[in-house]
Amino acid sequence: MNLHEYQARDILRRHGIPVPPGEVATTSAEARAIAARLGGGRVVVKAQVHAGGRGKAGGVKLAKNAAEADADAKAILGMTIKGLTVHKVLIAPAAEIASESYLGIIVDRASQRPVLMVSPAGGIDIEAVAAKTPERIRRLAVDPRYGLLPHQALGLGFFLYQDVAQARAAADIMQKLYTVVYAVGASLAEINPLVTTPDGTVQALDAKIAIDDNELERRPEIAALRDVSAEAPEEVAAREAGLTFIKLDGDVGCCVNGAGLAMATMDLVKYYGGEPANFLDIGGSSNPQKVVSALRIITADPRVKVILFNIFGGITRGDDVANGIVQATREFTLKVPMVIRLTGTNEREAMEILKKAGFSALTDMDEAVKQAVAIAKRKAA
Amino acid sequence: MSVFIDQSTRLLVQGITGRDGSFHAKQMIAYGTKIVAGVTPGKGGQRFEGVVPIFHTVAAAVAETQANTSVIYVPAAVAVSAIFEAADAGIGLIVCITEGIPVLDMTRVLPFVNERGARLVGPNCPGLISPGKSKVGIIPGNICKPGNIGIVSRSGTLTYEIIHQLSTHGIGQSTCVGIGGDPLIGTNFIHCLSAFQGDPETVAIVLIGEIGGTDEQQAAEFVQRSVTKPVVGFIAGQTAPPGRRMGHAGAIISGSSGTAAEKIAALERAGIGIMKRPADVVPLLKERL
Repeated sequence: MNLHEYQARDILRRHGIPVPPGEVATTSAEARAIAARLGGGRVVVKAQVHAGGRGKAGGVKLAKNAAEADADAKAILGMTIKGLTVHKVLIAPAAEIASESYLGIIVDRASQRPVLMVSPAGGIDIEAVAAKTPERIRRLAVDPRYGLLPHQALGLGFFLYQDVAQARAAADIMQKLYTVVYAVGASLAEINPLVTTPDGTVQALDAKIAIDDNELERRPEIAALRDVSAEAPEEVAAREAGLTFIKLDGDVGCCVNGAGLAMATMDLVKYYGGEPANFLDIGGSSNPQKVVSALRIITADPRVKVILFNIFGGITRGDDVANGIVQATREFTLKVPMVIRLTGTNEREAMEILKKAGFSALTDMDEAVKQAVAIAKRKAA
Repeated sequence: MSVFIDQSTRLLVQGITGRDGSFHAKQMIAYGTKIVAGVTPGKGGQRFEGVVPIFHTVAAAVAETQANTSVIYVPAAVAVSAIFEAADAGIGLIVCITEGIPVLDMTRVLPFVNERGARLVGPNCPGLISPGKSKVGIIPGNICKPGNIGIVSRSGTLTYEIIHQLSTHGIGQSTCVGIGGDPLIGTNFIHCLSAFQGDPETVAIVLIGEIGGTDEQQAAEFVQRSVTKPVVGFIAGQTAPPGRRMGHAGAIISGSSGTAAEKIAALERAGIGIMKRPADVVPLLKERL
């Protein structure tokens, strides 16, 4: 789960990291009032959406005074950036910047440790820095048993700044950022840019925090930060139904048990010349209601021309899936044809249930995918 | 032979009285796995199905029954403690089926497990099966067939699909290992490839990877350097969009890294036969045997 910039800034501030003032607004009038409270001088108005490249998309504007902040907020609120509607803007004083650096912590898969990355080349995409000037990035894999040690942080502080006070300030921020990671269950915590102002202070100007979804159950206060208005409605509905659903651009609706098989099914649709409409994993446990919810979500997409079930029963029982399909057709009309592939646990019982309800099912994955793609093509023609 | 588990496996089930634990314990017993103990704190002294002794702690179970392998079915909130406990009690092979363990918890438990010389398989995995000998986890026994193909996979049901393709064409398996779909896991591709290379019974290896991370690329380098047996591979997620978690916590293309295309290219460079679809596993293996 991604946090908005303003939420990430709040978390950093609460952990003692210097962050410039700023508040979030949902209307242009609020934006004007905040700009006035900040002294009425120059402010930045920044769209709060879960997308990179906000500046390029016109979602970040510099306003000379409160009236301009009002106009800028009006322009930004309601605009779409990479398919996401802007509902909130952050108003912050336009800082005088002397230098921009980068600080980030990710959980690294290869070293299996949290890795701190620092670079004096801040303000831009760190992947670009890594690709073009790798010598300008330092990485440190932290031993989680001891945490980030003071001398390690200070060494990296001197990689960023020659000034002793600034190096110490940066080291202090690094240690606090490390604390933030474990305190909120972050899979990524980034300060970009970490700036120095003309008077020499070091501050976190922009922040990004992503929370490991597996942390949310034990951290209700973090889970409460979720902004459902920033997510696709069908993905919210799927999550609430206990399904993993990701919307794609095609017309073959996929309903599969297991993430790997779900990906392989999408790939096979493409292999036979079709386009998958979605990724959907009904999960491992058997529950007819999940199948009903899955069908409701898939059929809500008007582009879907055919529904493809691919079930390999293990923990998932075929008869439960079959009952779910039958129950769904009782609750609402499926406007598109269905191709069902079903094998594994309780296959015979499942086939029996489907047959009674007037459906037929295949046992071969390739055959089912071929049929589904053919139907989608015929309907598109 | 086989790898990691066989007839000498003495299994302990952590969470044996829970919903999933009890269901799968019965399945494993029916398959012929030697389950010597169960652990559920608070239920020590009872017996599972009137037979398997239950203990309060793993340490007590090991002292009493000489269990050498443990399988974990407890909920995500307590699964990391279960791994710590198993490693502390001297269990050599710990298999964690549980999905949903926070990755930061894994950063703490992995060094602990490694220091004690234990092997962790998982978390968020279907476990292992050496067909005809032993099953630890949830892989359906009826789809497997004893034989000579080693399988290592990040997935569950996709692995079943591949096993099913093999078995229905008369090709059996030595051991199938589901290493799990999380970003931080105990046993990786290289550990399994190395074990299969050293196992006289395994004649060829199937590697099933997916988007996210660089484990497949490292596995490809290892194959080139140290594996002389034929290897065929499949990578799921060629149609996955970047930046989205495809069900598994570890299945995500971050920026431009972790794509199916780069993994397939790495496997090809190492001379691994690429399956374009799961059904290709049979012809590709037959070509190489």
